[in-house]
Amino acid sequence: MAEASTRETYGKTLVELGRQNKDIVVLDADLSPSTMTSFFAREFPDRFFDCGLEEQNMVGIAAGLAASGKIVFVSSFAIFASCRCFDQLRLCLSQPELNVKIVATHGGITVGEDGASHQAIEDLALYCALPGFTVIVPADAIEAAESIRVAASDYGPFYIRLSRPKTPIIYPEGYHFILGKAVTMRQGQDATIIATGIMVAKALEAADVLARQGIDCRVINMHTLKPLDEAVVVKAASETGAIVVAEEHLAQGGLGSRVAQAVAREKPVSMEFVNLGDRYAVSGRAEELLQRYGLTARDIEESVKSVVKRKQHLQAR
Amino acid sequence: MLNHSEVPPESISHDNRFDLSTTELKEIAKKLRRHVITMTATAGSGHPGGSLSAADIITALYFKVLRHSPQNPQWPDRDRFILSKGHAAPILYAALAETGYFPVAELETLRKLNSHLQGHADRKFTRGVEMSSGSLGMGLSFAIGVALAARLDSKAYRTYVLLSDGECEEGQTWEAALSAAQFKLDNLTAIVDYNGIQLSGWIRDIMNLEPFTEKWQAFGWHTIDIDGHDFDQILSAYQEAEKIKGKPIVIVAHTIKGKGVSFMENNVAFHGKAPTREEAERALKELK
Repeated sequence: MAEASTRETYGKTLVELGRQNKDIVVLDADLSPSTMTSFFAREFPDRFFDCGLEEQNMVGIAAGLAASGKIVFVSSFAIFASCRCFDQLRLCLSQPELNVKIVATHGGITVGEDGASHQAIEDLALYCALPGFTVIVPADAIEAAESIRVAASDYGPFYIRLSRPKTPIIYPEGYHFILGKAVTMRQGQDATIIATGIMVAKALEAADVLARQGIDCRVINMHTLKPLDEAVVVKAASETGAIVVAEEHLAQGGLGSRVAQAVAREKPVSMEFVNLGDRYAVSGRAEELLQRYGLTARDIEESVKSVVKRKQHLQAR
Repeated sequence: MLNHSEVPPESISHDNRFDLSTTELKEIAKKLRRHVITMTATAGSGHPGGSLSAADIITALYFKVLRHSPQNPQWPDRDRFILSKGHAAPILYAALAETGYFPVAELETLRKLNSHLQGHADRKFTRGVEMSSGSLGMGLSFAIGVALAARLDSKAYRTYVLLSDGECEEGQTWEAALSAAQFKLDNLTAIVDYNGIQLSGWIRDIMNLEPFTEKWQAFGWHTIDIDGHDFDQILSAYQEAEKIKGKPIVIVAHTIKGKGVSFMENNVAFHGKAPTREEAERALKELK
């Protein structure tokens, strides 16, 4: 499968947006060569502000610029753009609902070798806890570009989580992203895998394998965690009766929690969860870590089999 | 006594600066202090001490220095005032009401359900409030963003931000101090209400800030030390600030917590405690 870097796409898309709209400004915290906001900095030096290693200050500056009519993109690594400045996100962006787009790169454990201190595995829980925030995890570079364009044109605070390594391209050029509307990547009747970010490609891989074993899996890309497309979740629960949620995140507070809440209220069915559980990871190569911490296509496959078995058991009673 | 509600709206220009003498400003400050006492006593909670210490700084700004437009709070060329010490919301609300942003009668709804006057300043609810605050140490960062926007848009407005001394214990204040100097924001004036007292005691005993002015100098700021209750000094500091080029300006205003009410002055208890009905009556007598 062809691969592309979501953060490189981000850098290029920002430049494209910067050319179209002079109100777009970009802030970074000494990481522009890695977050790729350096492309924008090079072309629009007057509209780029390096805030140094001052993430808390950076969020406040972003709020001030947004309150003055600017569309503000703020970038750092996901870990620093969430945990390091949470109170600032709450008071300065979420409560006043200001037009700031936090686009964080290096999300999840696929940061790899830098280790636990740099692996953002709680960022989605934190951002989903902020009223008014839209939270997006694109599945590939094409979706990343689309979601960044939507964030620029849609008013309000956004969090977009990107990855460090290149990720498989799963969409054709011309794919049209609709905010808050999940994409059914593959139809199926026996179970549904709801995945986000890098886990979408793995879910598709798992569904292929399962199909050969006679299990017909639906695959949904839930690119927008908040607001959650509850309709597609309820439909999947009703039509397939079994749901597996896969995400590169801790067990609590992310996509799994959000889907489970919708399922529990609207259409309770058997569920399984593929995630990091309740633990920090370690240093290692991205693929090694995904293996070690149970975030592979194989893990999704096992979870589907287990949830389908439970569903059949319930139906037999 | 100036009563702005009597000024016909059509006579209010965008540039809403008033030609007032020091004596008149003192009277207005006294009136705002009376509002603070009445508001917090009526609410039964709030932070009178840090509102009273900032009364003269804020009076000078809203009635003399700021180019603002109470009839049109979103006027793009207005000078911006940001209250970083959000617990001093009562004195800001008093100034906003007396300059015509909303009716003075609404001040007594402070902290009540359905009031637009929240316990701490909140831009979503109150006309004229530029930014929400309440968690300390964040206002200077916001002010930097506003000042940068002025530069990007080639606008002449100035940005003022009022900090408490206590919030200078927050690390973010110093992150912001570094960056304002880095960005050479000479359109930004910070004022520190240096009353020396925080919630649980004297700052020098809890987390000493001294040498304070020197810290700002070391961070690259132009500093002006004043008596924060002397209008001549306050006004000349604001004037001096407008002339500085290439660096941000901080006015270190030496003030007295609870200023204007004898039993509240330098009294730690009145940081976050409202006066009782009896105390309020005594206070209002002193502020006649």
